[in-house]
Amino acid sequence: MASSDKPVQLEPPRVVTDGLTPAARFPRRAIRSLGGWRSDGAARWVFIWPSVVVILVLSVFPLLASLTLAFSRLVFQKGRVDVQFVDVKNFSVLLFGTERTHLLGLLKAPTPLGWVVFGLGLALVVRFLVAAARQTGMRPLRFGLRVVGALLVTALLWLVVQTLFSEGGRPGSLVVTMIYVFAGIVIQYVLGLGLAILAVQPLRGRRFFRVVFLLPLTITPIGVGYMFRMMTDTGKGPLEPLFAALGMTHYTWVTDPWAARIAVIIGDAWQWTPFVFIILLAALEGQDQEVKEAALVDGASHWQTFRHITIPAILPVSTTIVLIRLIEGFKIVDMPNILTGGGPGTATQSLTLQAYLDWRTLNLGRSAATAYILLLLVTFIATAYVAWARRRVAAT
Amino acid sequence: MANPLRRRSALDISPLAKVVSYVLLVGWSFVVLFPLYWLAVTSLKLPIQVDKGPFYVPFVDFQPTLAAWHNILVELGNDTLRPYANTVVVGLTSAVLALVMGSVAAYALVRFTYRPKIGLIALFIVCVGSAYGGILAGVPVPLALVSAAAVFALLAQAIGRRFRATLGNDDIAFWLISQRILPPIAVVVPLYVLFQQMGLLDSQGALVLTYVATNLPIVVWLMRDYFASLPVELEEAAAVDGASVYRIVRSVVLPVAVPGLVATFLITLIFAWNEYLIALILSSARAQTMPLLVAAQDATRGPQWWAMSVLVLIMIVPVIVMAIILERFISRGILVGAVKG
Repeated sequence: MASSDKPVQLEPPRVVTDGLTPAARFPRRAIRSLGGWRSDGAARWVFIWPSVVVILVLSVFPLLASLTLAFSRLVFQKGRVDVQFVDVKNFSVLLFGTERTHLLGLLKAPTPLGWVVFGLGLALVVRFLVAAARQTGMRPLRFGLRVVGALLVTALLWLVVQTLFSEGGRPGSLVVTMIYVFAGIVIQYVLGLGLAILAVQPLRGRRFFRVVFLLPLTITPIGVGYMFRMMTDTGKGPLEPLFAALGMTHYTWVTDPWAARIAVIIGDAWQWTPFVFIILLAALEGQDQEVKEAALVDGASHWQTFRHITIPAILPVSTTIVLIRLIEGFKIVDMPNILTGGGPGTATQSLTLQAYLDWRTLNLGRSAATAYILLLLVTFIATAYVAWARRRVAAT
Repeated sequence: MANPLRRRSALDISPLAKVVSYVLLVGWSFVVLFPLYWLAVTSLKLPIQVDKGPFYVPFVDFQPTLAAWHNILVELGNDTLRPYANTVVVGLTSAVLALVMGSVAAYALVRFTYRPKIGLIALFIVCVGSAYGGILAGVPVPLALVSAAAVFALLAQAIGRRFRATLGNDDIAFWLISQRILPPIAVVVPLYVLFQQMGLLDSQGALVLTYVATNLPIVVWLMRDYFASLPVELEEAAAVDGASVYRIVRSVVLPVAVPGLVATFLITLIFAWNEYLIALILSSARAQTMPLLVAAQDATRGPQWWAMSVLVLIMIVPVIVMAIILERFISRGILVGAVKG
């Protein structure tokens, strides 16, 4: 986030009353040193418009068309496809109809532990709202948005409690996706940061390790999926002796929901940790080493320099990495699709995999509806995250 | 990297920490390399050797064969070469384009201030929406687009000045990254229709265009952080000396942003190199890329592990070579050197 160096808004030179522009009254250099280059008219637009135009052209139509699809049903007839408008039927089937268990899961009354978790979560939400209400200068619109956000969080929490902390309940693709995303972000960030720190130490052979650590990212996600299918094969895979030693030769992890989910999370982490690694590596290398050296010479410990110099320096890029992994993680599809096929049952299905399976059976309307539910959820989470991160970065 | 003047001692770590570091580095290398070793071994096996259970070491555990390699590279040589060339061309072109366009946009978002007017954006959305509605209702596409553009231009001229409320740079950036939220599965069919209308189906151009658009937001976000972390004094000094913005970006900013640029380039290259779903929809025979070939190995006869291993291995070689060449640029000293002039 760019808040560490907020651009200074400078008005373009105004014509003053005596008819001379400031440029004519002051030496050109002085104007420029005041930041004139920052308001260079042409460059402002040349720099940003190509990107905006490319994204507009390639996103507006597909976005509108898929939104239309989400509210329609395709009827395949001889030689043509009819698009029928079906109102919100695609959404209501997913949220209340036959696909409800698939998307939301099997909802049961929470266990005592579930109630405790829900109570704690609710307390946090209420605290957040009270803090927001007390904040001076809070406009009604922003407060309203926070109330909506708090309600959504409560609903999600209630869903999690009913599916994960209940007798006989099981999570649907929505909760499973969130498990993948949040477990994935934590594991990948911690591993990636650790590896980046190791790889900047003045050690022999660190260039070798850097390239090796990047390797998993370079493999096509489909390939990684098949590779992990080999690795996790308890009979013919290379880890067979390990499985045998653990007495699991005839154990098929594929039939255990949690084992299958953990396998997906491990595969995902193997592939995406290098993404975090390489960006943090570049950030650590871009750091000004002299400040660190000075601190060390002045007697600060390695931990203190890390805590007070390195962490603030990599905080902005870290928030971006987490945002990107959040957005990308919600779209996870290849790993569960190839590794487990979404099974056992629908236990490892992510939202995108559910949309993909509908898409493959040519139910494009329901597929698009699922994708739009994902879009709404992720937009909400990403907006809240960015607002929070902006304040955090500004605070340090 | 080896600056003799630097007091290495202060940054050096104790021998014990060194040992621990090496243990961890080697440990993770093993985690990374073992699956790849298994791919390499599998590529040297016959179907029956894969089926019979785990064999680890060629010549000791089993008799290796180059059958799969021969099959992919010689017998099916032309079927492999074309997707390979496509992947290289599409990957490199789209990564370079996305990097250039995205990093100047990122620079602009860090150093310039934008105030897009909410009213104009709303007007734009309304015009696009009505044009789309018109098209759905049967109005010819060119007519709908031209009239919507005309209405937008007229209204923007007439009442544009009255709009006061504006958004900021952060909102533009968020809009860009939000384009990545919708999973590709929802937009591939519309994309197919779009490129069909443009007559670009099964062409490298369609893939390049799509990958540039999908990778731009990532480039903008990553480079924005790097540019924001650079000291603005360098640029101001250049401006005082009379350099134009273009000159400042080319000769002052880009050189010191090299670590970020290299890391971002590698990531966009890898994303375009490995993309599957969009390539599946937009290309058939001519513009097919390598990930499609990998996926095609799991057809009617079950996964062809040996062929798949060969394909994955030959796919990652150019990326690794690129990473080895570019790794040296992700090193400290570049920024420090620039500041000291």
